[in-house]
Amino acid sequence: MAKFTGKKAKKLAKFNTASMGDIVFILLFFFMVTTTMRESEVKVKTDVPKASEVAKLERKDLTVYINIGPPIASEQARYGTDTRIQLNDAFKTVDDISHFIAAFREGLDEKDRPYMTTALKIDKDTKMGIVSDVKEELRRCQALKIMYNAIKAE
Amino acid sequence: MIRNKKETPELNSTSTADISFLLICFFLMTSSMDQSMGINRVLPPIPPEDQKIPENQIKPHNVLQVLVDGQDRLSVNQKTIDIRDLKATTKEFILNPNNDPSKSSKKEEDIPGAGKVMISEAVISLQNVRSTSYEKYLQVQNELTAAYNELRNEESLSRFSRKFDDLTETQRNVITTIYRQRISESPPKDTRKKK
Repeated sequence: MAKFTGKKAKKLAKFNTASMGDIVFILLFFFMVTTTMRESEVKVKTDVPKASEVAKLERKDLTVYINIGPPIASEQARYGTDTRIQLNDAFKTVDDISHFIAAFREGLDEKDRPYMTTALKIDKDTKMGIVSDVKEELRRCQALKIMYNAIKAE
Repeated sequence: MIRNKKETPELNSTSTADISFLLICFFLMTSSMDQSMGINRVLPPIPPEDQKIPENQIKPHNVLQVLVDGQDRLSVNQKTIDIRDLKATTKEFILNPNNDPSKSSKKEEDIPGAGKVMISEAVISLQNVRSTSYEKYLQVQNELTAAYNELRNEESLSRFSRKFDDLTETQRNVITTIYRQRISESPPKDTRKKK
């Protein structure tokens, strides 16, 4: 036994983990800056079409989202499979859009209001009828800047 | 002096990493990385009710009529065409290199920073019906945007020898004035009116 005591006495080199916290914090900041909170629970299927000429959305904070599509599977028992409009967390009709837009615009800074953009997340199987209704309603609300959401196709 | 001999107590920071990891996990779960991308458009404002509609302001030969019908068939100036040909057709209509009288005419305009330039007076009229699918509609919008983007890119390459995306703000304004996106959409005939 005595032969080995010498080796046993050697201490295992201590790994300094003090900087690990800092590194993880940097990672944390990266994620905090690059990500945005999921706006709301999506209740309609919005499988947006592909397009090659897409542009990035410039100001996410000035963007209001309108989702249009058939309700997702778990909501179909209550709401059927017809195309629906989702504003915030609930199914709404075309008539509710003006209130919705007005409320969003109220919350913006005065100088930012002209740059407000409406992002239309529309399922690709939707018929244009409802889309036209929504667009007409947006014209009435003076929300003229719109964006048709799409996936970038190569 | 005895005090100086005392070592500063070390703060045990092993758990900071764990706490931060928990926070990271929270942000990873609650956030979405997906970039919102899409095609930008500006809707025309609703004209005031007392405004008279000016008639024959746009000459018919300057209008390219793009129609997508209920079966998602595409026709340009009453001729059925394939979506793959739409971009080329649109470009040709706007550029009109052989000065074809049935295509868009040009007007000389003085643009600050570029001098006198011949600007096409083409207007693209996009029509659809209520039963057109959104996918087809967006494809058509995409092709029209592509046509304009290509025209702008070609113009900025010949004028400033740089791509449109690399231009300065003023140069970009010059190009967008030369090729202004004039896509006019009239809603389908039976779009519901304000009650």
